[in-house]
Amino acid sequence: MTVPAPPTRQPFAPTTPVTGGIGESPRRPDGSLKVKGEFAYSSDLWAEGMLWGATVRSPHPRARIRSVDTTKALLVPGVLAVLTADDVPGRKTYGLEIPDQPVLAWEDVRYQGEPVALVAADHPETARRAADLVAVDYEVLDPLVDPEAALAEGAPPLHPKGNVLRHIRIRHGDQAHPADVVVTGEYEVGMQDQAFLGPESGLAVPDGEGGVDLYVSTQWLHVDRDQLAASLGLSPDQIRITLAGVGGAFGAREDLSMQIHACLLALRTGRPVKILYSREESFFGHVHRHPARLRYEHGATRDGRLAYVKARIVLDGGAYASSSTAVCSNAACFAVGPYDVPSATIDCTVVYTDNPPCGAMRGFGAVQTCFAYETQMDRLAAELGMDAVELRVRNAMTTGSHLPTGQRVDGAAPVAELLQRVQAMSLPTDRPAGSLDLRTLPGGVSNTTHGEGVRRGVGYAAGFKNVGYSEGFDDYSTALVRLSVVAGEPQVEVHTAAAEVGQGLVTVQAQIARTELGVERVVVLPADTQVGSAGSSSASRQTWMTGGAVKAACEAVRDRVLDMAAARLGRPAADLALEGGVVVAADGAGPAGTAGIDLTDTSADVLIPLADLLVEELVEETREYHHRQTRALAPETGQGEAHVAFAFATHRAVVDVDTELGLVKVVEIATAQDVGKAINPQAVEGQLEGGIAQGLGLAVMEEIQVVDGKVRNPSFTDYLIPTVLDMPPVRLDVLELGHPDSPYGLRGIGEPPTISSTPAIVAAIRAATGRPLTRVPVRPEHIVGVPGPEATEGPPATAGRAGPPEEAAAGQERRDPDAEGG
Amino acid sequence: MRVSFTVNSEPRVADDVWEGESLLFVLRERLGLPGSKNACEQGECGSCSVYLDGVLVCACLVLAGQAEGSEVVTVEGLASGDDLHPVQEAFVEAGAVQCGFCTPGLVVTTHDLLRRNPSPTDPEIREALAGNLCRCTGYEKVLDAVRLAATRGVWTDAGDDPGHGLPSRSGAPRTRGRDDTRSRAEETGP
Amino acid sequence: MEFLQPRSLPEALAEKAERPEAVPIAGGTDVMVELNFDRRRPEVVLDLTRVPELGSWDRSEGGVRVGAGVTYTRMVAELADDLPGLAIAARTVGSPQIRNRGTIGGNLGSASPAGDCHPPLLAVGAEVEVASASAGTRRIPIDEFFTGPKESALAAGELICAVHAPAATGPQQFAKVGTRNAMVIAVCSFALALDPSRGRVGTGIGSAGPTPLQALEAEEFLQGELSSEELWESRGPLGAAAVARFGELVAAAARPIDDVRGTAGYRVHALGVLARRTLTWAWGQHRTGRS
Repeated sequence: MTVPAPPTRQPFAPTTPVTGGIGESPRRPDGSLKVKGEFAYSSDLWAEGMLWGATVRSPHPRARIRSVDTTKALLVPGVLAVLTADDVPGRKTYGLEIPDQPVLAWEDVRYQGEPVALVAADHPETARRAADLVAVDYEVLDPLVDPEAALAEGAPPLHPKGNVLRHIRIRHGDQAHPADVVVTGEYEVGMQDQAFLGPESGLAVPDGEGGVDLYVSTQWLHVDRDQLAASLGLSPDQIRITLAGVGGAFGAREDLSMQIHACLLALRTGRPVKILYSREESFFGHVHRHPARLRYEHGATRDGRLAYVKARIVLDGGAYASSSTAVCSNAACFAVGPYDVPSATIDCTVVYTDNPPCGAMRGFGAVQTCFAYETQMDRLAAELGMDAVELRVRNAMTTGSHLPTGQRVDGAAPVAELLQRVQAMSLPTDRPAGSLDLRTLPGGVSNTTHGEGVRRGVGYAAGFKNVGYSEGFDDYSTALVRLSVVAGEPQVEVHTAAAEVGQGLVTVQAQIARTELGVERVVVLPADTQVGSAGSSSASRQTWMTGGAVKAACEAVRDRVLDMAAARLGRPAADLALEGGVVVAADGAGPAGTAGIDLTDTSADVLIPLADLLVEELVEETREYHHRQTRALAPETGQGEAHVAFAFATHRAVVDVDTELGLVKVVEIATAQDVGKAINPQAVEGQLEGGIAQGLGLAVMEEIQVVDGKVRNPSFTDYLIPTVLDMPPVRLDVLELGHPDSPYGLRGIGEPPTISSTPAIVAAIRAATGRPLTRVPVRPEHIVGVPGPEATEGPPATAGRAGPPEEAAAGQERRDPDAEGG
Repeated sequence: MRVSFTVNSEPRVADDVWEGESLLFVLRERLGLPGSKNACEQGECGSCSVYLDGVLVCACLVLAGQAEGSEVVTVEGLASGDDLHPVQEAFVEAGAVQCGFCTPGLVVTTHDLLRRNPSPTDPEIREALAGNLCRCTGYEKVLDAVRLAATRGVWTDAGDDPGHGLPSRSGAPRTRGRDDTRSRAEETGP
Repeated sequence: MEFLQPRSLPEALAEKAERPEAVPIAGGTDVMVELNFDRRRPEVVLDLTRVPELGSWDRSEGGVRVGAGVTYTRMVAELADDLPGLAIAARTVGSPQIRNRGTIGGNLGSASPAGDCHPPLLAVGAEVEVASASAGTRRIPIDEFFTGPKESALAAGELICAVHAPAATGPQQFAKVGTRNAMVIAVCSFALALDPSRGRVGTGIGSAGPTPLQALEAEEFLQGELSSEELWESRGPLGAAAVARFGELVAAAARPIDDVRGTAGYRVHALGVLARRTLTWAWGQHRTGRS
């Protein structure tokens, strides 16, 4: 482990212990409000005179708009505005990487649910009824829904530059590497949805001077603001965004949803406008995880060393670009997995189709490839007659390994150790024979088995991805830290634009401030655009980047305060330190050179309390934190130092499968993950456990089913996410191996739990059933091997699910929103 | 139409209610009680869980008029001033709150479970909470929170008490949030 | 929209007669979903939760009369002895919140092929008691009640008042396949009722046809086996071949389709498995004298 450079001041030892610093798990500052139901989410906002907005959406995946007639809608009493694309004053499109997505469609509609018009009214029901009266004359066209067809020669171009949004080519090593054993496979990953619980929502309030204040759930305030400015025809400082309470994100709030819409309506009507999506609308209102088709070939020597990996990956990007170009790059960079391989040939393409747009979801391309390469590794092990973990250990990356892009892995890469740790954990005991608690069996209280047909299986997987943004993007975060005296006590305020989406970023910011400034009382101010950008709450980057910014700003504040104290006391600032709210003589024998601060040594002398030093003054500093530079990937070879750092995790899954019905109960999931440094151990566990739940969902139940461009299951009735009866107990082994150039040696943690959990579960199901299972989510049909449209051994020939949309037939059940009448 | 009912022990009246509004909409948009959440509005997620005449229900599935004359208890009715209910306190302490959108529903459901079954087994906890979806936590710390609340032995009597607004509680003192001063100073949120 | 809240059954029937288009609502677990999701905008809603006659159940005429307003929670807690198959089915419904509100009358009124109450009621040969202000009360045999997907034999102006079912004389079972361990709409379901007092076997199939179905051939086959081998009295073992044949006949009775929840092929396969298993359990209960 590399020892980081010593800090500018000696680490201090506190006189009175400061609780709630880094390494502890202090109470969330927003916890009490949340459990009382008093925490204001974006969907809870209310303003005097508020109007409700509604969105008119295309029912067709592909159509030409001949005309939009708003006259009837405008006549509805209570309706104050009906807007179309003509009413967008600035840039008529937006987008994270390529602004190709219309604010409101005109001419062409490219996906089912694409917004076409907006209504503002004084009651949400009025707005909905008026939206129904907006008459859009569509020329319905055939959608292009098969990514392979979109790639083929002569395919109709869905966008001016054609259907290939990005193609990454990676050529690593000697392309003709000899191998004794070759395994090929085709795999498919279905479309997963982030399914955050808090619906898309926000409140736009016009300021009366042509500008607007927006309170919204989002992941990156400043990028929202920039897109808003472009489309509203305003300058950025005319738009002020404040983060409202966010009900989860997982990537789905990186792209705009209702932000421009609400602001347009607010500026037009001169009144506050709230837009709140229903759950059904939410499924159409955000991007999804890219469905993928992956073809792999692994070659290995007889003694189990990887010789080469060839991968061809096609990602269905859907109608608009979103962050697809970055997802494509990620999938390609991490297409081999955390293994050393002398030769890699990777082609990854993301294409436009008329399917729903796809973009960021936790794992960001590395999820799809991990399912494929980990399945390949299991098959290779079987061919070689080797233990599946042993094969992985034998090829595991270490510090100093190189990615297929040529980048050297610096920092810890404990892949072998993480695998061995999950393997060494004792297995859960078998269900006690004879006792019949249905809840411990597959199918649960639905009473499908009393033990008949149930077999247990165990599976392993390893995965990794980058932390932070890549390919030369100069990502940074900004923090303002202010130290003052309030009611006779020193207090720190931390102000960033960083989006707290549930992960606990507000807690971590306070912990860092406590540790760096030795002040117990820290207030984390609401995130808004009055301070510089914090970047996105994504890519497992926030604790690193915003934590780094907060730390840097605190250090700057500390330097100034100690200079003030030095002047007051007539002692060199280098001899002083801050702890417990006072200035003390620095303990020269403190733990130098470590990222950790020893808060237990109480031996230092008090020289002057901060309250006496500062009195009325406040000390405020703003700092930006940038990570080290990264570089683009070379176009022909994909070589380049594209990433900041990497995070590794392994999983072991134990499942019980009812092999006759194909029903799965996950019995236990164990994981080992290196987090560098656990800033808040309880929050770290929460991220690992939550990520595993999403991995479990992709493994056995979650899929947005799209047929001919239409979403068949836009509801929680049929887009199933795991309940507490589906999630098993989780066993965690968290390693803190540090990192050379991050704050406190931490590394990002949020995504690895979703990456290798899915293939571990599917491997366990294979072990229990002997089925190849080349597609996720695994369906009962696949497990029992019943002939049918999707019960094929390999991926189906066409994208989407089988079966015509039917009205009045079986499977229409009492809560089916598709049912006609009652 | 006008709807009158008791919410958290207070008589409340909502006027100009559209007949098709749910109890959830009335609570959130007309009575200033947005604590119950609207994650799905079809009874699939439990984020709108409230007590209706002492019975745990999804408020999104109750038509406003059906609550006429009833006693409703929401998450906002469980704390006592600044003192969190032990179930609420346990959720915060155990790390069961991440984004928190599911939390009000889970708190009310846990409250209902523990007053009927003060020492539930894990399978009983899971079956009782099966109607509350959480997307952030993976449920592990939610289970920790329920177990923690149960060990604090807050209820001395199990069994239904339909017809009462607030379930009875033992005389045990309410647990104050640890370090209340800091909690107040740090509480953020718009 | 008009909201009507009658306080008695006669009042409810009178209002329904006056406004036949009125949509009845009790627990709201179906109707409110349609309302919230903007699928339905009834002109009139008829709230039945204040009609006391609908909310109780009692034993009568060698059977049980379950008021339409009885909830799933109560079915689980109170009907496990008299209607064990129905109680098992009720426990598989939704969540505690849904079970506390959803009612047997609502389940029948929606008449979905996936309704969880329907297969156990078919298996015991229940009757649905309906009434109208004009025509009074009548009973509809359960196997005539479902006329199409989400369509029932209810005539205009009629409300469902109760369900009549014989009390169990033997073991009953219910099993439901779903792709999650909680809160699922059935991919397919199967109910079985053994009636040793009359030597009869009853079945019910859910989510595998345009309506809930019965497996009549399977019932006849098994009844024949049990009586010809005198197994009802001897409580001897049921041969594997007979169990397998029963499963085949149940599967053959299904008329499923492919949809978002599953394929037709899987449903047929799964029903065979459920039929074999539930029969094995029920017969095992009969052999040991347990119900």
